[in-house]
Amino acid sequence: MSFRTYNQVTGPDRSRLGEQVGQQRVRVAARLAGVKRVIAVMSGKGGVGKSYVTASLAIGAARHLAGKVGVVDADLKSPTVARLLDTRGPVRATEAGIHPPVSPHGVRVMSTAFLLDDGAPLAWREHPGERFVWRGVLETGALREFLSDVVWGTLDLLLIDLPPGADKLSDLAELVPNLTGAIAVTIPSDESHASVQRSMQAARQQGVSLLGVIENMSGYECDACAHTRPLFSGDAGAALAREFGVPLLARVPFRPTTAASPSPQPGVRDGDIERLVATLCPPDVTA
Amino acid sequence: MKFLCIDCDAQMTFSERAVPGDGTFAASFSCPSCGRRVAMLANEMETQLVGALGVKIGGRTLGEQPMELVRTTLDGRADAFVDEALQHTGSAATPPLPRSPQSRPEWSAEAQERLARVPGFVRGMVKRIYTDYAVERGITEISPEVMDRARTELGLEGM
Repeated sequence: MSFRTYNQVTGPDRSRLGEQVGQQRVRVAARLAGVKRVIAVMSGKGGVGKSYVTASLAIGAARHLAGKVGVVDADLKSPTVARLLDTRGPVRATEAGIHPPVSPHGVRVMSTAFLLDDGAPLAWREHPGERFVWRGVLETGALREFLSDVVWGTLDLLLIDLPPGADKLSDLAELVPNLTGAIAVTIPSDESHASVQRSMQAARQQGVSLLGVIENMSGYECDACAHTRPLFSGDAGAALAREFGVPLLARVPFRPTTAASPSPQPGVRDGDIERLVATLCPPDVTA
Repeated sequence: MKFLCIDCDAQMTFSERAVPGDGTFAASFSCPSCGRRVAMLANEMETQLVGALGVKIGGRTLGEQPMELVRTTLDGRADAFVDEALQHTGSAATPPLPRSPQSRPEWSAEAQERLARVPGFVRGMVKRIYTDYAVERGITEISPEVMDRARTELGLEGM
C-alpha cells in the first residue's frame, strides 16, 4: 500500500464518533445514578396487558415507596401507559433536561404519548428512501434519550414498559448495564406460553436477570357472585415460572368493574402489590 | 474518520462543514503541508445514518441538548415541549454553559421571524442552541447572518 491507514496516522480523529457514542452511555449511567432499581416489564406477545400490569405496579409501588417511582414507556409506536396513569403533557424542557409529567399517583412518566399528536403514528422526519435502515436506530436513540435526558431524580424504582418481542430488551440491557432485571407478563393460554417462553429464553441468553412472571387475565372475576372463572385455557404463568425457576409473582384476574372504570385502577390486589414491592424492592434497597 | 494527503503523507485538518438544507452534508479538509483542500460530500442516506446515531461529524462544538435526537427527528406535536430558561440544577450529565443574565443576546426582528418558521416541536431547543452559540462568542444580537454561521459551524441540519 502506498499510503498509511487509519491506525498508522496517529493524529487525532476530530469527529471521535465512537467516543461520542460512548459518551451517550455515560449520560445514561449518570442520569440513572439516583435510581435504585431499573426493572423491565416484557412479554413476547402483544395484547397480554403488559402496560396495564406496568401501570398497576407503578401505582401500587408509588403508594408503598412514597411516590419515588418512574415509568418509561418504551413502546414508542403504541404508547398506552401514560393514559393508564392518567398523565398528560406538555413536558417541561430546561437546561437540566426534560422534566417528566407526574401522574396523580405521584409516578413520573415519560412516553411518546406526550410528544405525538392525538392518534398520530410514530413518524420520523427522515429522508424518505430506505427508511428501514435507520428506523430501528432512531427508536433505540429515542429510548436512550428517555433514559439519559429525563430528569428522573432519585427513584426507588424505574419501570420500563417494553413493546412486545425480545429485541428491545436487548437494546435496554446494553443501554443500562445495571438493569436490575425483567418481569415477564403472560396470559394463561398455550400460545402466550410459547411466545413468552422465547422472550424469557432470549432475556436469559442476554444475561438479564428474570425476576418472575405475572399472569394477567388469569380468570374472570364475576361482579355478582365474586367467583373467579376461567377466561383462557392453559396455565402459562405457573408453567413459565416452573420452567425458568422464578417466582409466579401474581395472578391478575380480569375484573369487569376495573376494566369499565373511567379512571385507571390498580389491577393488582393490594396484598399482591405489597408482596410484589417487597420482592422487587427489598427492604435494604427501599430503606 | 481521518483524511490523509498522500503526496505529503500528512494528516489533513478539518476546515469547515456545510449543511445545505437538502438533507446532505459537506465537510472540507486541508493539508497543513501543501495547502491542498478536499471536500467530503455525504449523500442523504449517509447523512441520515450518522444523524440517527445522534453524533456529529467533525465533533461537537456545543454539548448535546436534552432530547436532541428526538426533537430533531421525530414528527411530533407543536406544543409537546415547554422550554424554560431555568437555571441549571446541577446534573453532571448535562453540565451548564457559563452564562450570566446580562450576557443573553437580543434577537433581531428578522431572526425572530425565521425562528418562528421552525417547527414548534423543536423551536425551543433551536433557540437555546443559537443563544448558547452567541453567548459563547460574545455576540450581542442574533441576526439571520449569525444563524447561518452557527448552522454551518455546528452542523444544524433543518434548523
